[in-house]
Amino acid sequence: MKKGTIKQILLITDGCSNKGEDPAATAALANQQGITVNVIGIMEDTHTEETEGLQEVEEIAQSGGGVSQLVYKQSLSQTVQMVTKQAMTQTLQGFVNKELKQILGSEQSMEDLDPEKRGEIMEVVEDMGETCDLEVLVLVDTSASMHDKLETVKEALIDLSLSLNARIGRNRFSIFSFPGKRKDMEKVFDWSPRLDSISTIFPKLTSGGITPTGPAIREAMYQFGKKTLLRSFRDDEAGLEEA
Amino acid sequence: MMKQDWKKHDSEVRPGMFIEGKWHKKKYLIKKKLGAGAIGSVYLCDVNGRPAALKISDNSTSMTVEVNVLKSLEKVQGTRLGPYLLDVDDWASPLGAKYSFYVMEYLKGEPLGAFIQQQGKEWLGVFMLQLLEDLNKLHQSGWVFGDLKTENLMVIQTPPRLRWVDVGGTTQIGRAIKEYTEFYDRGYWGMGTRKAEPSYDLFAFVMVFLHVYYPKRFEKGANPEATLMRKINEVKALTPYRHVLKKALIGKYTSSADMKRELIQLLQRVQHHKQTQTRTQSRKKTKSTKPVAMEIGGLTFLAVGYYLLSLLL
Repeated sequence: MKKGTIKQILLITDGCSNKGEDPAATAALANQQGITVNVIGIMEDTHTEETEGLQEVEEIAQSGGGVSQLVYKQSLSQTVQMVTKQAMTQTLQGFVNKELKQILGSEQSMEDLDPEKRGEIMEVVEDMGETCDLEVLVLVDTSASMHDKLETVKEALIDLSLSLNARIGRNRFSIFSFPGKRKDMEKVFDWSPRLDSISTIFPKLTSGGITPTGPAIREAMYQFGKKTLLRSFRDDEAGLEEA
Repeated sequence: MMKQDWKKHDSEVRPGMFIEGKWHKKKYLIKKKLGAGAIGSVYLCDVNGRPAALKISDNSTSMTVEVNVLKSLEKVQGTRLGPYLLDVDDWASPLGAKYSFYVMEYLKGEPLGAFIQQQGKEWLGVFMLQLLEDLNKLHQSGWVFGDLKTENLMVIQTPPRLRWVDVGGTTQIGRAIKEYTEFYDRGYWGMGTRKAEPSYDLFAFVMVFLHVYYPKRFEKGANPEATLMRKINEVKALTPYRHVLKKALIGKYTSSADMKRELIQLLQRVQHHKQTQTRTQSRKKTKSTKPVAMEIGGLTFLAVGYYLLSLLL
């Protein structure tokens, strides 16, 4: 069986979009293209939970087929890796459920199976999660209010690469920030199997005033397309670099 | 962190009510809540007049993964490593929600820290050897504990035995650690990968015994490795084991059997040292570390003795 690649956008933000199209709509578009959109909303220690910007977090993840989580700065590391892994399992389970429906009829899903069979299927899902290839495009909100959180975001991302690189499957990460200097989104770190080297890049990030979440997700979606094209030329080389 | 996962069943599961399985039709009388974790809540229940622990959650996926782990641990030869699994089923609540639950052996015991505080530090060696013995069995059969932490262990009576109460993080060797807690995770301390290998558990092993003396945990500091070494040095009760613990932290042991062997050697050497010291002392009548040596020697005797006893049981 050929192993598939799971594609995810991981959006890290602390508030509401205020420029361009509806981020939930662009997230839905990305999901249609086989890209899952996960969102992590960082709360201020003083935040009460019903802030409108943080409600957007859930909406984006829902239409992006992904997982969302609100979190205080302090527990960002554990949340980032948990959300990513959970979304992977969710995606893989989605595949498996689709297959099951084809075999067992449209009304059947994993929950309708008895616990023993469910256990066997979960073993397969876990195997896939361990061995599949994963591509994560991290989209970091660098609007002014994020300024004091960027250091924690950096640490959380290094930690994420540590968790995911313990898997058997291959990983690729890239980081983009929004708003960019002239565009809606700007490349911070190009596709790479590891994130250890981002320490030097992160402090240079400057924060801007607007939050064009929707356009940034759209732009991120195109980045996956670009890379696939490029990679088809360099595939062998990439294989060597991993080994 | 994932509060929304257990909020739901918390409002539906109450002491005094019955939970009946959808598939196997067994009935469980809920007695009281024992605790809540990231995935679900555990209740003390009664089945045919006997106590058992029932874990329930609306996250069927994670529950299935945990059950798979419990089942594979049952296949490990020799000692019973995790709690014994009694039943796995689903429950449809009166409000129409679907839950997954499993029922396991109810282990009644005391937290490691509380036990050592009451019964004394001479138990440290006993529990270290017991834990290494169990880890060795687990590693030999191709698994790693993963989320090894004080909260997942318990001292049961009698005789005192350190048992594993939550084995949900158990991962096949060579894969990515499934579940971890930052304080016990070598990745967090910048001292290794999150790949499931025996040395991952041995790092957490040291943190378990450090946690006994630092129940509030401590910060990483600018140099995490130096912080850990200093914290070990600062606990007097850990002095006899210092050498072995430090080696485990920096990943010098590739197997728990190696670490166990060195720990036993160390304990014996201390005892031997004590004997020769006592002899020299009686001849020279010099002031020496006799009381300390005696203490450590007695401690070794007790540790090895209890350890042998636990092997027989």
